[in-house]
Amino acid sequence: MKCQYCEKPATFHITELTEPNGPQVMHLCEEHARGFLQKDSSSPAVSVAGALAKQLNLGQTKKELAELDQKECPVCGISFFEFRNTGRLGCPYDYTHFESDLEPLLTNIHDSLEHCGKKPRRAAASADSQATMIQLRREMEEAVEREDYERASEIRDELKQIEDASSKDTSAKDVNPADTGGTDTSGTESGDAS
Amino acid sequence: MKRNTDFSELARNSGEWLRGTGPESDIVISSRIRLARNLADFPFIRRCSDEDRISIERTVRARMEAIEDWQDIRYVDIEQLSEIDRQFLVERQLISREIADADGSRAVAIDPHEQYSVMINEEDHLRIQVMHSGLDLNSAWDRINALDDKLEGAILYAYHQKYGYLTACPTNVGTGLRVSVMLHLPALVITQQIEKVFRSMQRINVTVRGLYGEGSQYTGDFYQVSNQITLGHSEEDLVSLVGDNVVPRIIEYERKARDFLISQGQKDLHDDVSRALGILSTAKKISSEETMHYLSKVRMGVNLGLINDVAVGTINKLFIHTQPAHLQKLHGRLLGSSDRNVERATYLQRHLSGSVGPGELN
Ligand SMILES: [Zn+2]
Ligand SMILES: [Zn+2]
Repeated sequence: MKCQYCEKPATFHITELTEPNGPQVMHLCEEHARGFLQKDSSSPAVSVAGALAKQLNLGQTKKELAELDQKECPVCGISFFEFRNTGRLGCPYDYTHFESDLEPLLTNIHDSLEHCGKKPRRAAASADSQATMIQLRREMEEAVEREDYERASEIRDELKQIEDASSKDTSAKDVNPADTGGTDTSGTESGDAS
Repeated sequence: MKRNTDFSELARNSGEWLRGTGPESDIVISSRIRLARNLADFPFIRRCSDEDRISIERTVRARMEAIEDWQDIRYVDIEQLSEIDRQFLVERQLISREIADADGSRAVAIDPHEQYSVMINEEDHLRIQVMHSGLDLNSAWDRINALDDKLEGAILYAYHQKYGYLTACPTNVGTGLRVSVMLHLPALVITQQIEKVFRSMQRINVTVRGLYGEGSQYTGDFYQVSNQITLGHSEEDLVSLVGDNVVPRIIEYERKARDFLISQGQKDLHDDVSRALGILSTAKKISSEETMHYLSKVRMGVNLGLINDVAVGTINKLFIHTQPAHLQKLHGRLLGSSDRNVERATYLQRHLSGSVGPGELN
C-alpha cells in the first residue's frame, strides 16, 4: 500500500478514533506519519475550528456570508474570511469585534459561552484597553523605525501607565480575588476555620 | 535563567517523566497538562510582524529572568538551533513540531528535570506545559497552576470577563487547558476491543488518538486521551474528567484484557514477548517502526512479569533514545537512514543485554 501523500510505501496505519463519521484510517509513510503525529499533538481539537467555521454558512445566505467575510477587525486587520479559512484569530480584540459571529461557533465547540475557571491576578481593564495597547505598540514600532525615539519613549510610558492602571482597575472591580490573599482558582481553603 | 544550547548531557540522560514510575505506570506512560496564554498588548501570532515576535520573545524573556528561583532554567533560542537539535527537542516532547518548523523569533524555557517547559511564540504567545510520569494529573495541575501564577505576576495576559483567557484558536479559549494522558494498551489491541472501548466514550468530551493504530503491521499500541472542551468548566473539573473519570475506566479494561490473555495461553504470550526481546537484543540493524513494535511487546511482558531482567524505565527511555535525532546526538554525528538502523541495533543491544543500567550514561 502506498502513502496517501506520496509514492513511498505506507508503513504507518493511523486510526483517528474521534472523527465525527466514525474511525478513520490513514495510511502514511514514515516521514508523513511523523509529521501527522507530531502536528500539535497537544491540541487535538485544533481542526474543529476550521471545520465548524466552514459550516457557519449553513444559516446564512450567500450575500450575508459574503458581507460577513469582508468584516475586518479594526485592530489587527484580520478578515472573517481569513479566520474561516485558517481557524485562527488575529488578536484578542477579535473576540469582541466578531462576538455575535463567534458565539454560535463557541457554543458548537464548547457547549458553553461562559468561562468559569481561573482568573488572572492582573488583567487589562477591558477589551478596549487591550485594543488600545496593541495599537499603541504598533505606533511605537513605527516611531522606532523612523528613528523618532522621543515619540517611541512617550508611547512606552503610555503603555506602562495603561498596564499599571489595568491591574489596579481589575482588582478594584473585584475581578481579582487573588489580591485578598488566597488563590483564585478554588474556594477550598477559605473562611471556615473555627 | 541560563542561555544554553548544549544538549549532549540532556541526550545521555532522560527526563523525569520517563522514569516509568508513578501511579498506574504499567499502563500510563505520562500525564501532561498545558496552558495556552497570550500577552494583552500584541496581536496573536498569525498577525504578528517579525518585530512583534522579536518584541514578545524579549519581553517574556526579560520577565522570566526576573522570576526568583528560575536560575536553573535553561533558555533556548529555537531560531538559532540546527535542524537536528530542533528535532531532538521534539522527540523529547519539550517543544512541539509546530514551533520547531515555524519561522522567526521563538524560544523555549526548560526545567532541568524536564518536568515543565514554556514555549514562546508557538500558536499562542505562551504555551506552558508540565509533564509527569504515570497518572499524576493532580500534582501536574498544582505545578502548572503555580507556574502560571508566577508568569502572570510578571506578564499581562489577554483576558476577557466572559470568555476567560483568549487564545488564537477558539478551541482553546476559556481555561486554555489541555490535559493529555498517554496510555499503553497492548492487550486491548490484541483482543480487538480497543475501538469498542473508545466508542463507548464518545460524547463525554474527550478526544482519543491512536498513535500507531490497529491494523498496522507495526503497532506501538499507544493512545492519547485529552479533554476536548476548554470553556465552561473549571480547570479542576477538566482535570478530573480525564484523570478520575475516563482514564481509570480504560485502565480497568486494559487490566481485564491482560488477565484474559494470560488465562487464555500464557505460553503463547510468553513466547511472543520473549521473541520480541530476542530480536531487539540481537538484531544487527533495525528500523524505528520495528523497534516501536517490539518495545511495545517487551513493555507489556515486563509489566506482566513474563520478562524479569529489564526495567520499565529502560524501555521507556529506549522508545525516545532510538528515535533519529537522539541516535545522532548520542553518536555525535549525522547519520543516514541505513546507518541509523545499525546504530539503533547496537544501542538496543547494549541496553538490553544488561550491561548498562537504566540510570547510567550511554
Ligand atoms: Zn508519504
Ligand atoms: Zn483583531
